[in-house]
Amino acid sequence: MSISTVGAGPAVSAGPAPLAPPSPARRARKRSRGLLLTWGFAAPALVVYATFVLVPVGLAAVYSFFNWNGLGDLDRFIGIDNYARALADPVFLGAMRNNALIVVLSLLIQGPLAIGIALLLNRPIRGRTMIRTLIFVPYVLSEVVAGLAFKLLLPPDGPFDGMLTALGWVGEKPLWLADPDIAFWTLFAVITWKYLGFAIILMLAGLQGVPEELSEAASIDGASWWQIQRHITLPLLGPTIRIWAFLSIIGSLQLFDMVFILTGGGPLNSTETMATYMVEYGNGRSQIGYGSAVAVILFVVSLVVALLYQRFILRRDLAGAITKGG
Amino acid sequence: MTATLTPPPAAPSRSTAPKQPMVRKRRGRDVGTPIAYLIAIIICTITIAPVVYVILGGFRTTAQINRDPSGFPNPWVFDKYGAVFADPNFWTQFGNSAIVAVATTTGVIILGVMAAFVIARYEFVGRGFLFSLFVAGLLFPLTVAVLPLFTMLRTFGLLGNLFAVIGPQVAFALPTTIIILVPFLRAIPAELEEAATIDGASRIGFFWRILLPLSWPGLVTVGVLAFVASWNAYLLPLLLLGNPATATLPVGVQYFSTAYSQDTAGVLAFTSVAMIPALLFFTLAQRRIVGGLTGAVKG
Repeated sequence: MSISTVGAGPAVSAGPAPLAPPSPARRARKRSRGLLLTWGFAAPALVVYATFVLVPVGLAAVYSFFNWNGLGDLDRFIGIDNYARALADPVFLGAMRNNALIVVLSLLIQGPLAIGIALLLNRPIRGRTMIRTLIFVPYVLSEVVAGLAFKLLLPPDGPFDGMLTALGWVGEKPLWLADPDIAFWTLFAVITWKYLGFAIILMLAGLQGVPEELSEAASIDGASWWQIQRHITLPLLGPTIRIWAFLSIIGSLQLFDMVFILTGGGPLNSTETMATYMVEYGNGRSQIGYGSAVAVILFVVSLVVALLYQRFILRRDLAGAITKGG
Repeated sequence: MTATLTPPPAAPSRSTAPKQPMVRKRRGRDVGTPIAYLIAIIICTITIAPVVYVILGGFRTTAQINRDPSGFPNPWVFDKYGAVFADPNFWTQFGNSAIVAVATTTGVIILGVMAAFVIARYEFVGRGFLFSLFVAGLLFPLTVAVLPLFTMLRTFGLLGNLFAVIGPQVAFALPTTIIILVPFLRAIPAELEEAATIDGASRIGFFWRILLPLSWPGLVTVGVLAFVASWNAYLLPLLLLGNPATATLPVGVQYFSTAYSQDTAGVLAFTSVAMIPALLFFTLAQRRIVGGLTGAVKG
């Protein structure tokens, strides 16, 4: 870092601001040097990001217009046929419906659950750190490990059924992962197990930013615990909730690993998501063109949802965050 | 980071000042605390029961498991864990995971902090666009890019090479990293930079000698997140690395469970060993993660 000695260090700092406006030429030179430095800092990240994110996403868009198996020349242009085929396939439409259902269920069930638990745990109780660590465990485990664990827990007459028997469940137990009517709900339960901890920790983190004096003041004024949560804590937690909801929506739309491990999309496509469908066709059956069209649909859905969300819900949180420097 | 998050020091919230009325009004809390404990116990039981089952299962034999799926090890058997540690594939995959995770984390931190630095602190044409471009990365799921990545890397003959996973993982971790770091770097007062400039520091000098040391906690946060994400990554290694000898641990676990599907206890042992590094690492770094999330959310 020898460059830092270039400026005339001590001499300048001695006098208070002997700064005549620099000549335009010098200013321009300085500015272009600054610009060079700026882009020099940004360039490595930009290059890697472009190479491995932007270019492949662009290529996916190109491939989506071809009938291509990934080998040989990319010469069978078929226009929007891949898209038409996907949108006419009941299995793909079912996958989209599953994604949509997971989005809605996550928001309606995981959100309130996480907020409620976080509010209850946001008090000085003993073993708080330990509780937090344990709550976060599922989120830290890889999807593969978690998925395999549940696969081993949930077979007919498996450990989970054994536990239900021990708890007094009589009669038949559902085929958790093998019954098309039930597998989706099992999947959702496992997803909730996996990601609820993240939501709770996020909410707890947000609650740390809610000044305690407000609740205390309200409490002195005679507000009940519930009134305090409802009228003070929850509104102040708003930004956290909105960010969580955004992450949850995007995550639900792009769900892959857990489904792939746990059910592979089955039985009878009942747990298929857009992503598992795409990998099945693109990688499993080497229909790169068709898989890419599915990928583009997945991307467009995510984008539209995100833009709408940002436009209508996140706007006030983000206002000024991007354009105003500090 | 915490400096910008905790409420201003003007109000030392848990101080002694208004204690009397609070204690009286907190009767609701006295009822609430046992409930909080109860809920905490229920939640923690649900979250760790499957994990405990997997770990204990590794200490049983498959015959024991088949006889009584939900029982305890009786007697305790250590062979299965021994077999995992004696399996050369396990160590290869462990090594691959370690290399990929360390390289990914290093790459993400270096590239991320450099880009976040200029985005956070300098006005220049295209800054808003650059930031939006990285933020948009959140919307580019790996699944969208994975088929072209596969064909691209095959063209370059990189399939099966660990670089094939490291590059894309760095790239896909950049958006989150930059989003977390930008508010963080912005929070460092401009006066510090002015002072440094007056003392003759160049922009690089400021970055290197003042900004980096100050942003250390933020870097640790994004580093931990990148490391855990990389350690757990599945889709990319699955498609780009291929066979058990070049795979990372999650893919290896999956291979093992398919190849030895009859050996339930063995699968459980392999699975538990595979989750230990992430758990350990996370436990050590968990305060950082929570702190980092607070920053990201408030940013």
